[in-house]
Amino acid sequence: MQLTGAQILIRCLEKLGVDCIFGIPGGVILPTFDVLYDSKIKFILNRHEQGATHMADGYARATGRTGVCMVTSGPGATNTVTGLATAAMDSVPLVCITGQVATSAIGSDAFQEADIVGITRSVTKHNYLIKDARDIARIVCEAFYIASTGRPGPVLIDFPVDVSRAVVDFEFPEKVYIRSYQPVAEPDIRDVKKAAALIMKSKRPCLYVGGGAIASNAADEVRELVQKTGIPVTTTILGLGIFPEDHPLALRMLGMHGSVYANYAVQQCDLLIAVGARFDDRVTGKIDQFAPYAKIVHIDIDPASIAKTVKVDVSVLGNVKDVLRELNKHVRDKRKATQTWLNTIQEWKKKHPLRYNESSHDILQQYVIEKVGELTKHKAVVVTGVGQHQMWTAQWYQFARPRSMITSGGLGTMGFGFPAAIGAQFGRPKDTVVCFDGDGSFQMTMSEFATAAFHKVPVKVFILDNGFYGMVRQWQELFYRKRYSASDLDRANPDFVKIAGSYGVLGLRVTKKAEVVPAIKKALKHRGPVLVHVRVSRENNVFPMVPVGHALDQVMDMA
Amino acid sequence: MKHTISALVENHFGVLARIAGLFSARGFNIDSLAVGETEDPTVSRMTIVAQGDDRVLDQIIKQLDKLVDVIKVIDLKPGQLIERELVLIKARATSETRSDVMQIVNTFRAKIVDVSPDSLTIEVTGGESKVDAMLELLRPFGILEVVRTGSIAISRKSVLNAHSNDPASKNFKDRRVGARRKTDKEGKEKLRQSGEGRRKLD
Ligand SMILES: Cc1ncc(C[n+]2csc(CCOP(=O)(O)OP(=O)(O)O)c2C)c(N)n1
Repeated sequence: MQLTGAQILIRCLEKLGVDCIFGIPGGVILPTFDVLYDSKIKFILNRHEQGATHMADGYARATGRTGVCMVTSGPGATNTVTGLATAAMDSVPLVCITGQVATSAIGSDAFQEADIVGITRSVTKHNYLIKDARDIARIVCEAFYIASTGRPGPVLIDFPVDVSRAVVDFEFPEKVYIRSYQPVAEPDIRDVKKAAALIMKSKRPCLYVGGGAIASNAADEVRELVQKTGIPVTTTILGLGIFPEDHPLALRMLGMHGSVYANYAVQQCDLLIAVGARFDDRVTGKIDQFAPYAKIVHIDIDPASIAKTVKVDVSVLGNVKDVLRELNKHVRDKRKATQTWLNTIQEWKKKHPLRYNESSHDILQQYVIEKVGELTKHKAVVVTGVGQHQMWTAQWYQFARPRSMITSGGLGTMGFGFPAAIGAQFGRPKDTVVCFDGDGSFQMTMSEFATAAFHKVPVKVFILDNGFYGMVRQWQELFYRKRYSASDLDRANPDFVKIAGSYGVLGLRVTKKAEVVPAIKKALKHRGPVLVHVRVSRENNVFPMVPVGHALDQVMDMA
Repeated sequence: MKHTISALVENHFGVLARIAGLFSARGFNIDSLAVGETEDPTVSRMTIVAQGDDRVLDQIIKQLDKLVDVIKVIDLKPGQLIERELVLIKARATSETRSDVMQIVNTFRAKIVDVSPDSLTIEVTGGESKVDAMLELLRPFGILEVVRTGSIAISRKSVLNAHSNDPASKNFKDRRVGARRKTDKEGKEKLRQSGEGRRKLD
């Protein structure tokens, strides 16, 4: 069958099961948009390409499917860089298609030409420039395969306009084979048994679970491991939801703003079992004092993550789900042998709970987040920006389900929250999607109001407005003698409720504590998008906090 | 420590940029890099000589292996490889010094490939130590120009090609970072002093 390159591309996306694409058109990608016009694939028009990438990212994290975006060459393509880097850092499967000038013009500084393959090499898992229309089908299939297998990540396809117009034979590849890319090895049973032996021998074991467990849909296996052995479990920010946080064995999040008891447990354990986590510096604190008494078992799909920052005693390579399934066969209940350890942890929990000043007259961010948690029965898909509100969300929402916390953990991208929430809602139309955003983060991508309004995407956005780049202000308060250099936003913040109104979006304003709960209820009941502008305490700080360069048990906590 | 890494990569455009980019992005130092086609024209071989301790080497190999275009990668162990480099040297040689220079050339079994009134162009192949020794001896006469290809290397024992199934390559397991952590000992023992790990900026 003879088709144009653009037809082949769209046909492949349809065959691969893509149901929606985010993006913005432009000159050299027009032949492809013209084909898309007749396709059953839904196209969601953004207002900035960064928004398109974050939306595709939110969609992917919420569903586990590969998110797709399509943009034009030059500025359209360069606008995707932040989104690609965000997805790369958090291992999110994304395929980004960028228009490109004609192959004959590449390298000539043509209008809207950018070497996007060169620019994005270090922020993608892989990228392609299609030079021949006969390669389109193979490359598109490879791109989806690479994005979604092994340690997932973003893949970019650069699609020159002449290639999109060329007419060639089309055949959809039956299967993908890339000789240089064989992502998943079967877990080595000997390694699994070694890990099991260490687990059975340990007196003070602790599980440390990250985003890899969620990416491989291993929540059931993690829960089985914990229930079966009685080993307490802490998670990274990307691992939140893998294990219900109200469970007695849940230690909640660890790291810089983790719970005191999770950090104590890691520092005191004699065996740390890392599952789909990569020992990020925000998690480990001072690396040479991290988990000083522990042997380390590392279960991960990415060989390059193993022994990257800490030495490990046993590593098991493989898909986390497969490894845990096997591991669960070789472990037994350890509650008796670890009774003292479990008691110690319970004491830490009692002595150092997460807390905030509940009698505060100001509206505290923690209060709003906790109430939203209760009123959504801890079942919403929660998306955040970056800053204090992100850390409080991690601490206070109380997650119970996998894929319910969507946040830029690795890159810390402000502006991620709002578009990612819209994308998550496209992927999970039946679930409640809540976005907690800062007044700073929100303003980075609030142009996506148009997208939410046009498609009536019922996201509930809570702007926790402290009139500051709050996290920056907190560091300035604690480490720079309260010299608030360039962190005060209040004088120029817009009226967020009016902005919502100008897009036809319901806006609610909350200035008193008593208004919080009614506003949340009203927002949750509303059928369309809602913006709740909450004027919160201006100089509230996130605690506990392990300052940079300190060991995890050197914690600053509330007075 | 110096390491010689042999990588088989897809013979596509852009692969060299990926590899060079990986080294610069992760702060690894390259001493030399030589690329050429293999017996299979769709495959190129890169011989990379790089510096670093065991942990750095481990990361270099794993990160290379992670690149989609890299088919196989192996760290060639010192005793197990044959390593060669081709070097062209233009050395000053006047009528008084010419015979001395030629003697050095002969001793190293190098070749003179061009002669001009006040210089000789010398071609020498060999391992690094031979080349360095020769350069050292020529230095007093005056070295005008040196062009080195960088090392290429082949393993004595195993066959590394796109079809071979060498367990030491692709999907190898983490065995290299062997230094184990200290044991527990009542949890009172000195904190570990690895002190490694790239720290991100705040
Ligand atoms: C794109 C980007 N620019 C700058 C930063 C640095 N930064 C980290 S947190 C923060 C302030 C966030 O402020 P806001 O969104 O209002 O949230 P808050 O901390 O007040 O809850 C800044 C500027 C960042 N993380 N991302």
